[in-house]
Amino acid sequence: MASSPIMAGSAAPSLPAHWRDFVALTKPRVMTLVVYTGLAGLLAAPGSIHPVLAFTAILCIALGAGGAAALNQWCEADLDAKMKRTANRPLPAGRMDRQSALHFGVGISVFSVILLGTATNWLAAAILAVSILFYILIYTIWLKPRTAQNIVIGGAAGAFPPVIGWAAVTGDVSALPVALFMLTFFWTPPHFWALALFVKTDYAAAGIPMLPVVSGEVVTRRQIWFYTAVMAVAAMAPVLLRLTGVFYGTVALIGTAIFALFAFQVYRRRENDPARMAPERRLFKYSILYLFLLFGAVVVDRWIFA
Amino acid sequence: MTPEERELVRARQKSRSLVTGLLLGALVLLFFAIAIAKISAGHA
Repeated sequence: MASSPIMAGSAAPSLPAHWRDFVALTKPRVMTLVVYTGLAGLLAAPGSIHPVLAFTAILCIALGAGGAAALNQWCEADLDAKMKRTANRPLPAGRMDRQSALHFGVGISVFSVILLGTATNWLAAAILAVSILFYILIYTIWLKPRTAQNIVIGGAAGAFPPVIGWAAVTGDVSALPVALFMLTFFWTPPHFWALALFVKTDYAAAGIPMLPVVSGEVVTRRQIWFYTAVMAVAAMAPVLLRLTGVFYGTVALIGTAIFALFAFQVYRRRENDPARMAPERRLFKYSILYLFLLFGAVVVDRWIFA
Repeated sequence: MTPEERELVRARQKSRSLVTGLLLGALVLLFFAIAIAKISAGHA
């Protein structure tokens, strides 16, 4: 992939991109959570799958997420250049040309779907394809530049991995993966808006209509609290519907109570200075741990206590 | 392009070629393992 000076709005690279920049394009840190929830869905599913095919399924989920991340950065290179948090990504920093990013993103996305379909089943592959297309077309291109509620609907893209993992084993989608989808779906707004509160100036500079920019921090804090309440119902649904046992129920109850406490503290505060947003940062960090804990609890519950 | 720049481009192309080769090798092994797994599971 030789570099060509076709970039719009950012410096054209004079060197071929380093392979590490292709890795950076896949947003490896975000991928961690996607891989983990996909693996949890796969491990929680009834039935068995050959370890090689299980590894391939998780690899495909990771590649699909990486491809979607690369295409997201291809679409948003100009916006990323305006935000301090994203200005050093390969495209806005001028270390890679856009065409290479596009080829790479499309290439690994298509490859991940075909490989997943071939190795496991085409239902799992279809859901992976839908999640990639949803992230790029619905979230990145359609919702993100237009509405402050972008993350609510767009968050669905990140909720698909446990469903894909489950479908890779069983070839179908039943109530538990749907419940895990709903949990991740309603977890996304409080998780993301906690982050948006303390990087608000970045989004404002790029003209992205994130909730704190458009409706202000008071409305954002109220919405964080509202979606935390809905998320709490989604978190308890698996045990209330008897899809999981008491172990998951206990972890979910304690974990969600702590989440609600942190979210309530964020809701009650009136603070505009990002430097003094320790509770908001705490909620953001805890929200990641929370999802790890609950998905881990689902697997432990199904493997040990079922 | 100065000799230093040319050297840098060559070094980068070499590292990319190496990584691409390693990935292709890993894919060959993966496809072989998938084939064996599917045959042993009776899906082939």
